[in-house]
Amino acid sequence: MTVVLEATDLGKRYRRKWALSDCTLSIPEGHVVGIVGPNGSGKSTLLNLAAGLLAPSSGRLEVLGGPPARDATALGRVGFVAQDPPVFSSLSVRDHLRVGAHLNPGWDSALAELRIDDLGLDPQQRAGRLSGGQRAQLALTLAIAKRPELLLLDEPVASLDPLARREFLQILMEAVAEQQVSIVLSSHLVSDIERVCDYLIVLAGSRVQLAGDVEDLLSSHHRLIGAQCDPDDYPANQTVIDSGHTDRQSSLIVRSDGPVLDESWTIEPVSLEDLVLAYMARGERPSSRRPAAGEVVV
Amino acid sequence: MIEFYLDQKSGVTPYLQLVQQVRRAVKLGLLHDGDQLPTVKEVVGRIAINPNTVSKAYRELEYQGLAIARTGVGTFVTVAPSEKSVATLGPLRRDLQRWLVRAREAGLDDESIEALFIESFRDASSIVAS
Repeated sequence: MTVVLEATDLGKRYRRKWALSDCTLSIPEGHVVGIVGPNGSGKSTLLNLAAGLLAPSSGRLEVLGGPPARDATALGRVGFVAQDPPVFSSLSVRDHLRVGAHLNPGWDSALAELRIDDLGLDPQQRAGRLSGGQRAQLALTLAIAKRPELLLLDEPVASLDPLARREFLQILMEAVAEQQVSIVLSSHLVSDIERVCDYLIVLAGSRVQLAGDVEDLLSSHHRLIGAQCDPDDYPANQTVIDSGHTDRQSSLIVRSDGPVLDESWTIEPVSLEDLVLAYMARGERPSSRRPAAGEVVV
Repeated sequence: MIEFYLDQKSGVTPYLQLVQQVRRAVKLGLLHDGDQLPTVKEVVGRIAINPNTVSKAYRELEYQGLAIARTGVGTFVTVAPSEKSVATLGPLRRDLQRWLVRAREAGLDDESIEALFIESFRDASSIVAS
């Protein structure tokens, strides 16, 4: 299987603070990957490293089989839509397409024109006078029309209203269906991630807390509910990710490394949102910044 | 043609929701043998979900014998002729509507009606199963 992004012990430091550390990832092609995490967890840093806009402070990163942005060909294969739709406010929509055609060897002008037409954008209109949703759609059109193999999007829908957000995701998913482009996007909105992503990365405390195929993650994690108990009484073969206790009941979110043999626990599925929150909370806890493999963190 | 939707609060994985919607539409007689399902691109363009989810749902429908893919043409519903069709649905629906009227007259609200239905449904299923 081809890998679109491979990171080995990747890290990025700004002065003395590590924005991303010990990041080891291998993302297979053909996925829509969602990166979630609190503010300052390293989402933008990871995407900017992948786009070649930042250089790593440590470790290694390969994008589509080579160092990011190493030459014009590599640049042409990757599209990047930065946070806050990157358009030129004094240029018209048509000017944007001209710039796109001029700068990208693989530019698909028929596709760009069609998209602008479908969106109902006036080619004469200056980008500065477009709505937030239209600006985002224009930036997406430019990124799609360069026909990339990998498209990186940093918080593409964060500033959009619900309707514009849905329309943006519709267009993005159509592009995936039509062009077989791999997508890596960051978002705060787990509901959007759940809709469009089939691969999930949770970043927290500048580290990767969780990465994998969404369905595999959901089937390997469970919620266990039982009588109030201490960590000593936690079920065997289960890695406890998060725990909540009342005076009568204990509720655990676990990664199951084997079946739950103790029948006093009720096993329930865990939603993607709860799973994400559990790993985020775990990553933000100072004591568990460096959980060893297999270690039970409570 | 079927109009898919996604209920993000249901807790059912998206691909299974699509499968269930097709099954339901077939059972209710809204989809017939030979009807074409929307293309993957049409579905993602309408409800903004991952194309792999739609492909997976369609593969599952094929596996269950409810759909057949014709290369380059599309995916089509296949329904084995069954006596439990619309003809039997009509009277059952009328019975249920009458029962709902009686439940409301007895002072039950929507939530109680739903709870009662689900409980009775489970009881009936366990009787059939045992």
